[in-house]
Amino acid sequence: MRKDGVFIAVDVDDAVVADSALAAKLVEVCPVDIYALAQGPPATLDIVEANLDECVLCRLCLDAAPPGTIKVLKLYDSESVLV
Amino acid sequence: MRFFEYEAREIVKRAGIPVTDYGFTTDPAEARAIAERIGGPTVIKSQVLTGGRMKAGGVKFADTPAEAEAHARAILALEINGHMPRGVLVDPKAEVEQEYYAGVVWDGIRKQPVMIFSPVGGIDIEQVAAEQPDKVGRRHFSNILPFSEFQAKEVIASTGVTGSALNKLVPIVTRLAKLFTANDMILAEINPLGRLADGSFVALDAHMDIENEARGRHKPLLADLGVGDEETRQAREATPFELAGEEVDATDHRGVAGNVTEFDGNLGLVIGAGGGSLTLFDAVRAHGGHPANYCEIGGNPSVAKACGLAKLVLQKPGVDKIAVMMSIVSNTRVDIVARGVIKACLELGYDPAEKIAIFRIPGAWEEEGFKILEQYHVEYADRSVSLNEAARRAVEKIGADAS
Repeated sequence: MRKDGVFIAVDVDDAVVADSALAAKLVEVCPVDIYALAQGPPATLDIVEANLDECVLCRLCLDAAPPGTIKVLKLYDSESVLV
Repeated sequence: MRFFEYEAREIVKRAGIPVTDYGFTTDPAEARAIAERIGGPTVIKSQVLTGGRMKAGGVKFADTPAEAEAHARAILALEINGHMPRGVLVDPKAEVEQEYYAGVVWDGIRKQPVMIFSPVGGIDIEQVAAEQPDKVGRRHFSNILPFSEFQAKEVIASTGVTGSALNKLVPIVTRLAKLFTANDMILAEINPLGRLADGSFVALDAHMDIENEARGRHKPLLADLGVGDEETRQAREATPFELAGEEVDATDHRGVAGNVTEFDGNLGLVIGAGGGSLTLFDAVRAHGGHPANYCEIGGNPSVAKACGLAKLVLQKPGVDKIAVMMSIVSNTRVDIVARGVIKACLELGYDPAEKIAIFRIPGAWEEEGFKILEQYHVEYADRSVSLNEAARRAVEKIGADAS
């Protein structure tokens, strides 16, 4: 699942979206509420489009998920990926 | 926050400084009762937070209680400079032999209170200072250490006051200094301070202004005086534009993006950081620019909040461009503010490169911010460009003469 803001886009692997426990963890770690739980059951991950541009590039979501399953893209920088 | 005269008199009275046997009321019939209690000629004074009461007819003398009631009725209905009176103060018409001035004001440059005393009272102290400078005594003092009677004596004596008057004035001036520091005031003024026929002194009028940020520390006093939390007591009511700025700031706890003051120029300002707002505002004016507003942004507001503030300023009638500028170096993230102001332009259908005259925020995440600004072709400057130069460029871009 990928959603775009004006400056930031987030691309999450489908496996992560479907993982309720991981989804809950992402909701917990993001300081600017980019992640939310979609109505279940089972609860899945949703991306709050309105909050995408609030991303502070803190990498907490990248650390919480298996490597390479979440991509934070800077749309203002040729879609460079936050690593 | 300014106090009405009747409140200031109460503060003076509580500090142990003699006051007249006045009364405050909102009812003409009660004004009559107060005048009867006083027994003798009275002065009826409008209670408004503006000057020019006497000239506007807001101060009248009454020889009888019936006259006091009639004057109170007229004054209560009299608007002065756009202000309706809170009530009237009924004061005995004192037989004053001489009017003095005693005041304490916060000196923002010295960061200390300054005691000012003059044996010429009843008129503006600025006028006395201009016309009879030798009749104005001044002394800065610590707002931590107590103001001593000796210091008071020095200030008073420097104006030529001696003898019994000097001795009687010392405790009054000392108590005035004490009430100033104890109540976190920025102005505490007794003018006139009258000397009566028997040689005693009495405060005939008082003006007090408390530091807004200190209101929380003085809740008991404010409650006693009946000052509600909702009373801002500003010099003028906030404009819809300014109220909208407060709403923007209240949308999110993160950072500051508000404290907007409306002006009538064409250059919108999104400015802030560590006193930078004032400096930048002045710099824009010094270069012939016409600010559309003052505001404060900093402390890492959310993108939405920065966007909200920028949108508010951009939509203000008459605004051609905005200048986004901050102090020397700030801990506010440059990229976050850049996103906010660019988003504001985009959401309003403007080209950011066209609408943002200059973006100069030296601070955290500069490089990331500059990438965003470059993407949208917004002119920006780093810390090698001074505040003054940034303001000059903004004014140049909008045209100094356009307004």
